Amino acid sequence: MRVKLQHVAHTRSGDKGNTSNISVIAYDDAFYPHLVEQLTSERFHEHYAGTIHGPVTRFEVPGLAALNFVCQGALGGGVSRSLCLDNYGKSLSAAILGFELDIPDALGPKLRGPR
Amino acid sequence: MKKTIRIGAGSAWWGDRVEPAVLNAERGDLDYLCFETMAEATISAAQVRARRDPTFPGYDTYLDDRMRGVLPACLKRGTRIISNQGWINPDAAAERIVHWLRELGAKGVKVASVNGSLITDRVLELTDTILENGQPTSTLAPSLVSAEVYQGAEPIVEALKAGAQIVVTGRVADPSIFMAPMMVEFGWDALDHTHLGRGNGIGHLMECGAQVTGGYFSDPGFKDVPEPWNLAFPIAEVEADGSAVITKVAGSGGAVTLQTVKEQLLYEVHDPANYITPDVVVDFTTAKLEQVGPDRVRVTNLSGKPRTPTLKVSIGCQEGFIGEDMFFYAGEGALRRAQLAKRILEERFRIVKLDAEEIRIDFLGINAIHGAMSPAPKAEPYEVAVRVAARCRTREEANKVGREVDGMAVSGVGHTGKRVPHQDRTREIIGVWSSLVPRDRIVPSIRYFES
Repeated sequence: MRVKLQHVAHTRSGDKGNTSNISVIAYDDAFYPHLVEQLTSERFHEHYAGTIHGPVTRFEVPGLAALNFVCQGALGGGVSRSLCLDNYGKSLSAAILGFELDIPDALGPKLRGPR
Repeated sequence: MKKTIRIGAGSAWWGDRVEPAVLNAERGDLDYLCFETMAEATISAAQVRARRDPTFPGYDTYLDDRMRGVLPACLKRGTRIISNQGWINPDAAAERIVHWLRELGAKGVKVASVNGSLITDRVLELTDTILENGQPTSTLAPSLVSAEVYQGAEPIVEALKAGAQIVVTGRVADPSIFMAPMMVEFGWDALDHTHLGRGNGIGHLMECGAQVTGGYFSDPGFKDVPEPWNLAFPIAEVEADGSAVITKVAGSGGAVTLQTVKEQLLYEVHDPANYITPDVVVDFTTAKLEQVGPDRVRVTNLSGKPRTPTLKVSIGCQEGFIGEDMFFYAGEGALRRAQLAKRILEERFRIVKLDAEEIRIDFLGINAIHGAMSPAPKAEPYEVAVRVAARCRTREEANKVGREVDGMAVSGVGHTGKRVPHQDRTREIIGVWSSLVPRDRIVPSIRYFES
């Protein structure tokens, strides 16, 4: 079935200079391989087209069933130079919750939240 | 040697709540209470303020609130305090803490100040390259405000070993504040990267306070926590091998779960296998997390690699000014009026020859937060705020933003809502750059005070 990421994983963003890191953490270990396969750094970057201006690097942390996306050029030149209202990019991690991915129907009962 | 020590968080940033720090002091049964109060630009902002305001003492502006809140319980329990509230003047912060100790009738309490991170006067000779753009650091000379090194746990350890009950520092890496007690209590050596990796990893989980106890976390229907209006700051119960349980005071709101801990573990981390701190390089990828009870997550198997030969330097520079303001539309046709207002502002900025490096005119409610990636609205919004900002070299140019928004009051679009009186709409930019300095060129100095 095709679902939004928010049912599969939770996310948080952090800032360092002009780089935002966005972690994507599976609610269940069984979801993790599907994240690894479908949420590539390329597709992640496409999702943030026009907002993340530099390269995106993906780090895998299988022990935590988590992916960490390091996004350069995401914070308008850096927290103090940014003209964005959310200059720390604290809300950036919410955008990827709308990413759609396919998961096996058998994992349906593990999905999180109202659908 | 004790079996476990209890380390609590007292703040995660300058503006953090004081009440959970008091809760930890009073009910956390803590051996150590640690405060983190600095952001990247805190030191530079404090330098700018100190130049303009001779009455500004140079330390955390909430030092009095925090210390008056926690000192009575800490003195009673014998809880030692470690804090980076010293900002650009740790000595003055220590003296102020001594003042509050005397007010409370506590005699003979030793307070240490840790200096040595401020290297503004010699940063250009100690550093070569700006990490962000590869340019020589000498290019920053004309705009340089302040430079400070991120020190590690060692000077705090020295002060604690010398008997300080309270240690107040300038710039120290956030996790180091929380790891120093572990090094003292468990006798870890500064080069013992195995234990320091674990300790620094625990420090990283603690440094953002409520972000590991249910703050910056709730999402209704997906990630709910009890009583999110009543969050506690975390407590780490650390064992001699560097394993720890992250928990909080019973009866408080929020939660400590695998999810809150995982989110915080990766917060502000780039390569999770190589998290560089002054003390050690932490590897988070080996971590094992286990929910061992309600609001109790056990963290084991963090790893460490030897520390780097350099320390990070943060260099703050004056880079101009941002002018910004907002005004509002609501009701039928709100968006079409906002769009005309944007057009008017663009023309006005041309007419008044606004000289800006970047101008942004957004519609709050549509695209002001996530920018270009924001999807087109599915329905006509009932309310829209027009938010305008420009980054300029001079204050005079940046002031034009507010002046042109003023013009929108009687010379703008129909049904324009506006903030009056408005706040100061021009602010100074302190840009932060990074570089590296050889570790052996930085010598901390510690002073001791007594109540």
